Amino acid sequence: MTEPLLSLTGVTKAYPGVVANDKVSLVIQPGEVHALLGENGAGKSTLVKMIYGLVKPDSGDIRLNGAPFKPAEPRQARADGIAMVFQHFSLFDALSVAENIALGMENPPKMRDLAKRIRSVSETYGLPLDPARTVGDLSAGERQRVEIIRCLLQEPKLLIMDEPTSVLTPQEVEILFETLRKLRSEGTSILYISHKLEEIRALCDASTILRLGKNVGSCIPAETSARDMAELMVGSALKTPERRTRDFGPEALRVHNLSAAAPAEFGTALKNIQFSLRKGEILGIGGVAGNGQDELLAVLSGEMTTDPNSVQLDGAPIGDLGPTKRRALAVLSAPEERLGHAAAPDMSLTENAMLTGAVRENLAAGGFLKWSAARGFAERVIKEFDVRTPGTENTARSLSGGNLQKFVIGREVLQRPEILVVNQPTWGVDAAAAAAIRQALLDLAAEGTAILCISQDLDELMEISDAFAALNEGRLSAPRPTAGLDVEEIGLMMGGSHGMDVAHV
Amino acid sequence: MDLSAINPVLLIASLMVAATPILLAAIGELVVEKAGVLNLGVEGMMIIGAIAGFATAVESGSPTLGFVVAAAAGAALSLLFVFLTQVVLANQVASGLALTLFGLGLSALLGQSYVGVRPPEMAQIQLPVLSDLPFVGPILFSHDPVLYFGIALTAAVGAMLKFTRGGLILRAVGENHDAAHALGYKVVRIRILAILFGGACAGLGGAYISLIRVPQWTEGMTAGIGWIALALVVFASWKPWRALLGAYLFGGVTVMQLNLQAAGVAIPVEYLAMSPYLITILVLVILSADKSRAPAALGRIFHASR
Repeated sequence: MTEPLLSLTGVTKAYPGVVANDKVSLVIQPGEVHALLGENGAGKSTLVKMIYGLVKPDSGDIRLNGAPFKPAEPRQARADGIAMVFQHFSLFDALSVAENIALGMENPPKMRDLAKRIRSVSETYGLPLDPARTVGDLSAGERQRVEIIRCLLQEPKLLIMDEPTSVLTPQEVEILFETLRKLRSEGTSILYISHKLEEIRALCDASTILRLGKNVGSCIPAETSARDMAELMVGSALKTPERRTRDFGPEALRVHNLSAAAPAEFGTALKNIQFSLRKGEILGIGGVAGNGQDELLAVLSGEMTTDPNSVQLDGAPIGDLGPTKRRALAVLSAPEERLGHAAAPDMSLTENAMLTGAVRENLAAGGFLKWSAARGFAERVIKEFDVRTPGTENTARSLSGGNLQKFVIGREVLQRPEILVVNQPTWGVDAAAAAAIRQALLDLAAEGTAILCISQDLDELMEISDAFAALNEGRLSAPRPTAGLDVEEIGLMMGGSHGMDVAHV
Repeated sequence: MDLSAINPVLLIASLMVAATPILLAAIGELVVEKAGVLNLGVEGMMIIGAIAGFATAVESGSPTLGFVVAAAAGAALSLLFVFLTQVVLANQVASGLALTLFGLGLSALLGQSYVGVRPPEMAQIQLPVLSDLPFVGPILFSHDPVLYFGIALTAAVGAMLKFTRGGLILRAVGENHDAAHALGYKVVRIRILAILFGGACAGLGGAYISLIRVPQWTEGMTAGIGWIALALVVFASWKPWRALLGAYLFGGVTVMQLNLQAAGVAIPVEYLAMSPYLITILVLVILSADKSRAPAALGRIFHASR
């Protein structure tokens, strides 16, 4: 048996009040793609941060090529051949691609030579990228390429990837996998963190599964079913959202010739968007982030106003109404950014419930706030959506991502919307919470609410939506029934990989 | 009125002198803001530099030593800001305002026995041929060394930000401190160094007022120059050369309106007195209409324990 590249034995890391990793062990062989699986809060991030030198373990043994390995800082980990692509891209928007890459290197060459090396590496691995462009102008897929190339220039022995595919189109995922397979064939090991199980089955050679900071098993992904892996992660049988067949009512929302200029410097203009939504129907809108998702939500929620007739509710023009007036008409929305857009981070859950519920739940009268009614509403959201929090007076920021997401979605669902617009309803939420949110949306539709679900997660859209359309550079494709649609067609609807083929590597 | 009384050579020479304190303070603050820190204490650090430099020069008889001590005093006062904002993570706006108020008060206390004293003069640089050139000589080549230092510093800071790795790291910290931290850069250490640099520059600028521009000590003598420097950094879109342009423009209009007042132009003094502020802001607003924007992490508190 060959010596493993990296081995962790009994690694423990505790934070005040919570043990993030409890005697975790992990072994990665040279040239192996190793999956690290687990729900949110299972301790995956803490574990890789220890390998990368961002966090120091309390106890336990880490060995690299058989020698003890205790990186004090990322610099040292990089010097020892460990590179990491972060989940939330650690890029600098105002700087160029080459400058961003130079910042991640120990001894960067002169800018001109670096640009040359970036070009050659990007060609070798099929990741086209122009070193002179400003990162703020790049798509999510291109930004990820910047991070990957930054890592590849260090010629790493171990590449850590934290949820790399959550923002990519299927074609971009295919390109990424080609790159990773090529790296593996050159002997580079990859530690791959994801909770997309089908991807792990297609790519990974081995896996380690964490739950609540402990090892709960390992398996060969190709030989294990996705369902079995999910149940290992969750620790119990998984409930798949049930979808009842239902009849659609009359048309509720009609969007007609909707165009809007980009509201921000790095935003996207909406161009001539058309669709209609019937009562009880769920329309799923896919597409790579940054193609007009935020803007579409803004024109439907009323944050951006347009020509009155562009947006019609039951035939009445509402395009020029602001968010409060639309809320009064039961057009509700839940934006993607939980902290700062959907919820005010430093305000309590009661206050956050008040912020969107005031109109429909009568939480204010004559300019005065009805605190007890607001508290009651917040309590109802917490109870019905199983939000785990000590109470209604905790701040939104103190909740974990999944719990806050349940609160934000539940707050809108309980206001009995006629139209509900959600953007990324299960972004960064673990499997059990995601299933609960999806089920809530399906139940709401069954009662006759028309739902527009914008999401990057195609599996989610396939699971809950009745029709599918894709946003690409601010244009919306014609909606098509979800039944019978395959991944290939969806990829083409999403604008493919921006006119780029899978490179021949 | 008699416009012929205005000597263009003296006018241009004195505008350079009037611009130098603003330029020094603005360049320091520019570096601080590029690192993502908003220090509103420029005025306070300037006046501490002004009294520290003045007192040292009077006691030791050496203006040069005065400038060195002024820079050290400005940096020392900025350490208070470092402690508040980088160690105990206090709000930067409030801390900066406190620094200004504290500096004004402390300088008044320290300077009580120096009112009315004349400081030793700093020798002007005399270059063999250049200083004797007609017209150009008195304008460009007969100033004190600190004035040239200010221009050289602007060039050095511009080149450092644009061409060196240190400058790139500084900009990166100001752009996205979380990402810089994730890459293993010492965000807090880099910011502390930038704040100290900004303090030293402000101290120098203050001493330039009390030792060369005026030269004497009066309470509150910086008279809002620190605030002008702060505004200049924003309107100059965080570009050193524009800060130089803005400082010279402001200095120029200030000197010009004083000359016009002396020449008895029939414009009310109040309008003349406000003209430097109006014209400088107007020109820089027009210049800053391009795409450049503030460092993204400006004024945000960095918390590493994630």
